[in-house]
Amino acid sequence: MTTSSTTSSRWRALTHHHLFWPVAVLVLLLLVNVPFTPDFFSIKMADGHLYGSLVSIVLFGSPLILVAVGMTLVIATGGIDLSVGAVVAITGALACSYISDRSDQGALSGVLLAMGLGLLAAVVCGLWNGFLVARMGIQPIIATLIIMVAGRGVAQLITDGQIITINSEPYKLIGGGYWLTLPFSIFVVAVVVAVTVVLTRRTALGLLVEAVGGNAEASRLVGIRSRRIKIMVYAFCALCAGIAGLMISSNTSAADGNNAGLWIELDAILAVVIGGISLLGGRFSVGGTVVGALVIQTLTTTIYTIGVPTQTNLVFKAAVVIVVCLLQSPKFRAKVFGARFGAGSGAKVSGKTAAAPADPAAASEATPKMEVS
Amino acid sequence: MLSRRNFLTAAVGVAAAGGLAACAKEDDGASSSSSGDGGKAITLGFSQVGSESGWRSANTDSVKAAAKEAGYTLKFSDAQQKQENQISAIRSYITQGVDVIAFSPVVVTGWDAVLKEAKAKKIPVVLTDRSVETSDESLYVTLVGSDFTDEGRRAAKILEKVIAKAGLKGAVKIAQLEGTTGAAPAIERAKGFKEVMDASHKDDWKVVVSQTGDFTRAGGKQVMAAFLTSNPDINVLFAHNDDMAIGAIQSIEAAGKKPGKDILIVSIDGVKDGFVAMSEGKINAIVECNPLLGPQLMDVVKKVKDGETVERWIKTEEGDFMQDQAAAALPSRKY
Repeated sequence: MTTSSTTSSRWRALTHHHLFWPVAVLVLLLLVNVPFTPDFFSIKMADGHLYGSLVSIVLFGSPLILVAVGMTLVIATGGIDLSVGAVVAITGALACSYISDRSDQGALSGVLLAMGLGLLAAVVCGLWNGFLVARMGIQPIIATLIIMVAGRGVAQLITDGQIITINSEPYKLIGGGYWLTLPFSIFVVAVVVAVTVVLTRRTALGLLVEAVGGNAEASRLVGIRSRRIKIMVYAFCALCAGIAGLMISSNTSAADGNNAGLWIELDAILAVVIGGISLLGGRFSVGGTVVGALVIQTLTTTIYTIGVPTQTNLVFKAAVVIVVCLLQSPKFRAKVFGARFGAGSGAKVSGKTAAAPADPAAASEATPKMEVS
Repeated sequence: MLSRRNFLTAAVGVAAAGGLAACAKEDDGASSSSSGDGGKAITLGFSQVGSESGWRSANTDSVKAAAKEAGYTLKFSDAQQKQENQISAIRSYITQGVDVIAFSPVVVTGWDAVLKEAKAKKIPVVLTDRSVETSDESLYVTLVGSDFTDEGRRAAKILEKVIAKAGLKGAVKIAQLEGTTGAAPAIERAKGFKEVMDASHKDDWKVVVSQTGDFTRAGGKQVMAAFLTSNPDINVLFAHNDDMAIGAIQSIEAAGKKPGKDILIVSIDGVKDGFVAMSEGKINAIVECNPLLGPQLMDVVKKVKDGETVERWIKTEEGDFMQDQAAAALPSRKY
């Protein structure tokens, strides 16, 4: 090992970074668009704001990034939250129906109150999930399934089965508006991601979350209040879903109890997996999740821009996801690319990061299951 | 190993919870909203698909109101998009011995067994809105509903008028927003539109991009945003429903273009928000797909009960609307 030149060791360090493969896939996907749409990367001004494919990807991908960031922490504790899609629907439905009842839909105070109301409902859903998982000891997949099934019904009750259209400029800002020529949702996502990273990596909180995910009982015995940590991450996840719900309904200025956030929970789990995080819990990377969510959104946009026939959309998506997950697996890389990517990492594994390579392998096993459902 | 066992337990749990949810809903739906006295009045058992859209709720309201007006006893149940719910609802109508059964099938196939049971009890079956495929044509009397293929044809024909009115010269580059992949309205609307296009506009019209927007606003918006970057020269949009058109309008505006002027828009359905957009000049024409088939259904039910012969397919009364009719038609839109 010591005989290898500095460039190759740098290359090795780069390819072994946990974000290398997700970022590589993202760049590749973006480049695929260029032959079909030569000015794919061009960004111009239109109607007083920046406009282009990259802006669209970030704008339409924002809700998914938020939901996936919340999901990351839940998965880090070894749990899973299936209810986020329903929470998205409930939040949007509550906020929009509150605004549509006001005489002056554009009043800022009313809009803020509506958002507060929606987010409060979201947090209540999250606390309920956390209570069932941490206090009642119910399997996370079952506990969160309750709101996944019932929540959409609640959202439809709120909207009366109709699509509620609102006409409120301040509400439009959060998911469909622009600020400093950029989509406002970018700033919201940036703040949420920054706060999450600071709280989990600059304080002990992230370590505690990982400890609970690694072994809840052991962490309780060393004095971590693992139940409290679990309730907290479910509430945080629901809050993220709530903000995403506000964005989705604001983006089209309408609340659709039936379709808002439909299947977003699966996309969010997929984003976490593409980010290289194990569904077994115990480790997480917010950066990986953000890249994973961007990969999914870029994939969707790519399908639209390169003109994949409608009937083959899902097959195309599945094929890309399988390739991404295989690339994440060190065992697969060792078999296909030989020593450079795979075996080398095997030697290194025995050193300090024994836990890491197991993660992508487990993730790639889990992902096809996600896709099938 | 442990985690695999956990996963299995969880999967079984998911299935069980799903089943429970279905049971609970079906029960709830079967509690009927009956009106009129039992006695001589016709009893109609109606099983609705679900309540997935504004169009569907308008359809439900129309059936309920028309039954009340006609003085029929209506037994209504909501299948929540599940065929098994619908089959058990139809079975319960057979056991109750209603006079006529009407339903809007969730899916196309798999109805033979339950329809045979109805036939054995001599209860006539009327389909509404959507059709089924059966081995035996005599299993249902008639279908009251829209002709989706014809809606596609009408959309193409009204687009001719729109193009003439806007004075669009040269190549017509069409973007198509399809409905949910595999759904009958999506397939047939695309088919009807293509028929007319191939017959009379083979050279001057071209569908340059076509993609599903899942009949939703969010879908329409996102797909249109991608269309506009990959094919900036699109000058016509054909949307399979109004909601997708409304979403697409927002993307067109975000791209700094004028919907209804730079890009001509034709859509199908005729929901209220669609008419609002048309009265603002953002949609050029709407082909109506009428959910208010309650009165026609009650008419058919009476004829069937009296033993009269009816046509195999009774098409709903529908209109086409251009922009100048939008403002006048808007107040009468119920859904």
